[in-house]
Amino acid sequence: MSENKNEVHGYYTGDIHNQFVEEHYDPKNRAVIWRTFWILLAITLAEVSIAFTSISHNILIVVFIALTIVKAYFIVAYFMHLKHEKYTLIYSIILPFILILYLIVMALGEGNYIHFWDHVPFL
Amino acid sequence: MSAEATLTKEDSSKSIWGGGRSPFNISWGKMYMWFFLVSDAFTFSSLLTAYGVMRHRFAEIWPKAQEVFTHFPFVAGHLPLAYVGLMTFILIMSSVTMVLAVDAGHRRNNKAVALWMFFTIIGGFTFVGSQAWEWYHFIEGTEQGALIMPNGDHYRFTEGVKGAPEHALIAPNHTYITDAVEIAKIEKEGRPVHGANLTENEYGHPLFGDFFFFITGFHGFHVFSGVVINIIIYFNVLGGVYTRRGHYEQVEKVGLYWHFVDLVWVFVFTFFYLV
Repeated sequence: MSENKNEVHGYYTGDIHNQFVEEHYDPKNRAVIWRTFWILLAITLAEVSIAFTSISHNILIVVFIALTIVKAYFIVAYFMHLKHEKYTLIYSIILPFILILYLIVMALGEGNYIHFWDHVPFL
Repeated sequence: MSAEATLTKEDSSKSIWGGGRSPFNISWGKMYMWFFLVSDAFTFSSLLTAYGVMRHRFAEIWPKAQEVFTHFPFVAGHLPLAYVGLMTFILIMSSVTMVLAVDAGHRRNNKAVALWMFFTIIGGFTFVGSQAWEWYHFIEGTEQGALIMPNGDHYRFTEGVKGAPEHALIAPNHTYITDAVEIAKIEKEGRPVHGANLTENEYGHPLFGDFFFFITGFHGFHVFSGVVINIIIYFNVLGGVYTRRGHYEQVEKVGLYWHFVDLVWVFVFTFFYLV
């Protein structure tokens, strides 16, 4: 690969569209991969070990969900490389999940509400 | 068609929307994979949300996963969560080998890509095998099992439950029954069940088993298809297909799918086993 700063490296996809795709290769990538691995492993071990402590279950649920989201961030950002894609692509992938948050809030509330009908005699 | 290529900075800044190059700097194939994964993530989210709804509905009689999944291969006794923790480790590890294969592809190192792909396939098979083992023990159940009363209430024996008193039964709401007369009455009227299937579950509400089989089964199906796709790509790598093509984008695409499978497992692990 040439060192010319005025050039952008990449490849042509080689199919009928034959688009040019820019490629950045960073030799430090492998260090980042292993760092991500240790972080994920540490979080998983922490999760399994705090599951058996006497901490209140309600607090544990919040901690588990928070740690899960941290793990998801590391997998998507570094393993799936989304962090280094263009912002237009990042947002068109992440923003639809607002709908899932809405679904969770609505549906779990409904789950508690179905319970109400247990005490209605004619149902 | 040329493989390794360069554009000059001027060219590249002028023509982003002018055709000839990808505006999002991602090939159409990778774009397809990303949006397929978004839709697949919606499917899994819906399944896990449905699980959450039923769990809230039956909150006080829902089984505790720490009391259900307590087996570990070649080890007698009860090690709750240990095996599923190991499965999580195996899947994360195979994700690492996958991303190392993608990295080797960026370096155009065909041998390294093949080696890391091979390890990824091994990791995938190990995970699927572990899941089969987990299913076997869930279907088989404990030796003592549980008693189902004519009205559908479950009373479990205390086998494998940490901190439970001896000669006791566990009521559906997780309290212990130690009164000998009451125990005798339940043992007389109750029908024994062992393990879990789609209509019965010795550990508690049958919906727990239904969701477990469906969600981990659907995930396992994804892992299995991922392994099959990985094998196809592995043989392409061995055959030098990507050396001739000049880029390893196909490895990146299958890598995205494989990381997604790992990502889903992170959520299944939390919502089925931890919370």
